[in-house]
Amino acid sequence: MAKTVEPGDRFAIGITFGNSNSSIAHTIDDKAEVIANEDGDRQIPTILSYVDGDEYSGNQAKAFLVRNPTNTVAYFRDYLGQDFKSIDPTHCHASAHPHNTNGTVSFKLKDQPDADEPSTLSVSEVSTRYLRKLVNSASDYLGEKVTSAVITVPTNFSEKQREALIKAANDADLEVLQLVADPIASVLAYDARQESKVEDKMVVVADFGGTRSDVSVVASRGGMHTILATAHDYEFAGTHLDQVLMDHFAKEFIKKYKTDPRENAKSLAKLKAEAEATKRALSLGSNASFSVESLADGCDFASSINRLRYEMIGRKVFEGFSRLVDGVIKKAGLDVLDIDEVILSGGTSHTPKIASNFRNIFPETTTILAPSTTPTAINPSELQARGAALQASLVQEYDAEDIEQSTHPAVTTVQHISNAIGVISTSEDGEDTFVPIIAPETAVPTRRTIHINAAKDGGDVLVRIAEGGTHIKVTQPEPKPKEEKETDSDDSDDSDFDSDEDDEEETREKVWKIGSTLAEAAVRGVKKGGKVEITINVMADLGVTIQMREVGGKGGVRGTLAKP
Amino acid sequence: MAAPATVSFSLPPLASGWSADKDFKPVGKITSATQRTIEPVGPHFLAHARRARHKRTFSEDDRIQAQERAKNVEEDDYGEISEPEDPSMLMRDAKDWKTQDHYAVLGLSKYRYKATEDQIKKAHRKKVLKHHPDKKAAAGKAEDDSFFKCIQKATEILLDPVKRRQYDSVDEEADVDPPTKKQLQKGNFYKLWGGVFKAEARFSKTHPVPSFGDDKSTRDDVENFYNFWYNFDSWRTFEYLDEDVPDDGESRDQKRHTERKNANARKKRKAEDNARLRKMLDDCSTGDERIKRFRKEANAAKNKKRLDREAAEKAAKEAAEKKKEEESKAKANADAKAKQDREATKKAKEAAKTAVKKNKRVLRGSVKDAHYFSPADPSPADIDSVLGDVDLVISKCEPENIADLASRLQGLKVADEIKGVWRSEVQRLVGDGKLKDGDAMSLSA
Repeated sequence: MAKTVEPGDRFAIGITFGNSNSSIAHTIDDKAEVIANEDGDRQIPTILSYVDGDEYSGNQAKAFLVRNPTNTVAYFRDYLGQDFKSIDPTHCHASAHPHNTNGTVSFKLKDQPDADEPSTLSVSEVSTRYLRKLVNSASDYLGEKVTSAVITVPTNFSEKQREALIKAANDADLEVLQLVADPIASVLAYDARQESKVEDKMVVVADFGGTRSDVSVVASRGGMHTILATAHDYEFAGTHLDQVLMDHFAKEFIKKYKTDPRENAKSLAKLKAEAEATKRALSLGSNASFSVESLADGCDFASSINRLRYEMIGRKVFEGFSRLVDGVIKKAGLDVLDIDEVILSGGTSHTPKIASNFRNIFPETTTILAPSTTPTAINPSELQARGAALQASLVQEYDAEDIEQSTHPAVTTVQHISNAIGVISTSEDGEDTFVPIIAPETAVPTRRTIHINAAKDGGDVLVRIAEGGTHIKVTQPEPKPKEEKETDSDDSDDSDFDSDEDDEEETREKVWKIGSTLAEAAVRGVKKGGKVEITINVMADLGVTIQMREVGGKGGVRGTLAKP
Repeated sequence: MAAPATVSFSLPPLASGWSADKDFKPVGKITSATQRTIEPVGPHFLAHARRARHKRTFSEDDRIQAQERAKNVEEDDYGEISEPEDPSMLMRDAKDWKTQDHYAVLGLSKYRYKATEDQIKKAHRKKVLKHHPDKKAAAGKAEDDSFFKCIQKATEILLDPVKRRQYDSVDEEADVDPPTKKQLQKGNFYKLWGGVFKAEARFSKTHPVPSFGDDKSTRDDVENFYNFWYNFDSWRTFEYLDEDVPDDGESRDQKRHTERKNANARKKRKAEDNARLRKMLDDCSTGDERIKRFRKEANAAKNKKRLDREAAEKAAKEAAEKKKEEESKAKANADAKAKQDREATKKAKEAAKTAVKKNKRVLRGSVKDAHYFSPADPSPADIDSVLGDVDLVISKCEPENIADLASRLQGLKVADEIKGVWRSEVQRLVGDGKLKDGDAMSLSA
């Protein structure tokens, strides 16, 4: 039985329990704020270290990766609820190694002061200890005992991993209100901004973390979010950028001192720590120094690198990110033109090159929410924790049973219409044009209302409701620009077309295609210059109710379509 | 739901000849849909879940939500801090903070010691927003921040628990004066005194404070109340009224003198306050009808035995008297009746006697009418024997026989008939054995 707390006694926060870094956040007056731990860190490395029985966590523990790697455990989140045979121990090479205990994963750590033999701690126990640290930091900061939390998890977390995480949290005396998918938490954090509007949009959430990259396509329809496709990658992530820098400086060191710092574990750890710092510096400035005392054989090493060089040596990784995003959009059956917004989250997303690469992939109408492209963007490292905290503040007043029922598949799994529903109107040059009212991939039941101009001279007008689809219209050079909805996406120098020898670029635009007609109706006697309000209500069984009336007028026409 | 989107395209005019039932012609149906999972996060999902779980439609849900929001707004409005500001208060100088009414400055005079910290904070914020000197300057008025300072001072005192207690201790505005005799004459004893003690209870170190109650309170409650108040543990202090202690290092003596004076004044005031409370309690308890009633009831219980006995005696005595009276009455009745009876019999006897006398006279008269049964003038001897026989018969006859005989003889004039009657009578008497054959020969011969 999972731990539950009465709604009145709850004090809830949001937690992002990452593989490399974790964050904790809470809400003040409906605004999410990320909490700094005792060391002042908002991104707390997911590392625990034991020295003479003392427990260290976060950046303090990270420092022990150099001197005390065997008693320091890092990158353990992904092992939760996994069998030993299915884990990838690469990242733990420089810290405590995972061991096989009856098929499950555990670590051997000297966590007692005078023990000769290290004790075996399951990954669940390690997680519990780490979560307890996080909760204590939050409680200390907030001055109130934290009882409950919303925790974010990757979209490919299995049911078993989720259960293991909830158990680990419960053991740390923490009630898990809900587990929220990482990308959705990021979307939520942006949705909660005051200036954001509830609209129908297609969002790509690119989460570049330390050891893994996850990209999802999310259909955001009237504030409700549906994940259409996801991709996960362990080959292109933050550590790979570190690796690039490490290799770069190692080569430089070899040139100078004829010895390879990567052959010595301690030197390697120092090299890695400094490479990470340099990478961060390069996200902010165009130049960064790299200096390690006694890197290998007692030789100090100091060097510097500029951003251009970094972007060149890391090109392979950056291109990997772009390919990942491209792939997931295709997987969702969409085109880059369909994407309205790209949210970059995760620590690696600070890197300006990633955002500028995306800027080149996507059309100009797409908003790229990254610090280097959009000044108002939220810190990518804090997005998920903020989203979790917002969700925590939303659900904390509900009973555990209520939350359980509301998140039950019976409620969450619903029909999504595949085609857009819209009205046929006449464009300025007299052609029939499809005006979408309900976007495709909208969850039903749903209701949308639009106001549309009536015919120029008023009088009786025809309202034809139809389904619509999109297709990408490729126009060869020098086209006549057309006044379509998603217009003016003229210069998308898509990587697909980089190889084109032609200097002239072709124009790609999204065009609505009128599909099957659903209904026809007449609104009579509209005033000159009047508008018509059309409300379409799609029921859960896909039955449709359509209402039309003149704006400000009475009565109107109303009709229903039977369910298919 | 977001506001409806506005589209600048225009609708085509209706082709002539188009018609449909109620102007609506369903043509097709939604062609395809996929089953997908919505992520259960965000406020809009909550709304969706609410609709799905309660099976509401959009418009129903909108209505219910609107109702709930309206309710919430009402609740928020409750406890709104808005009091008219006294213009003289706005003119105050912040230097005289000791004499200012801090609650009134913040617009909390209706709450006073009951105001919560949250209310004070809100009130402070509200007042600051209104009276900030920068705002005054922006409005073109003179930069006068004296009232703003008053607000800051009031907040400083009311948000510090220690200072707030000191101020509450001397906050006369929160005191409820004990009722005068005139007020009490109109009744409302419990209400008036109850208010006094309620206000006084704010100084109590122990909670809950027993309530004053009303005339239906039990004896235990009332006793409990007075016990509590006679042993009242008060936190009331009088530091707020202290004279300022000079803070210059030069006059140490002066400083100590003032401190001593303050300490003494505090002690004195505390003693006075205790005495005041005691007197108030005395006044209250003397006027308390409940105490009188309870005392009476206690006395009543004590005297109950004696009263019972007395009552029993009284009852017995009364019963005896009643019995006696009844007896004498019965006797008197009986006497009267006996007398009546006697008189009646006497009368009857006399009547009978007269009747007998009359009948005897008839009888004697009848023989006289028959000339004493002698054909000629009867000799005195005959008369004597006949009359003697008549008397004999009469003496042997019962009065009713005499009456019978007299009725038979009445009116008879013929001697033989008279003789015949007499004879039959004599024979009857002989038959009855009352006369011997040969007696009254003169009548039966």
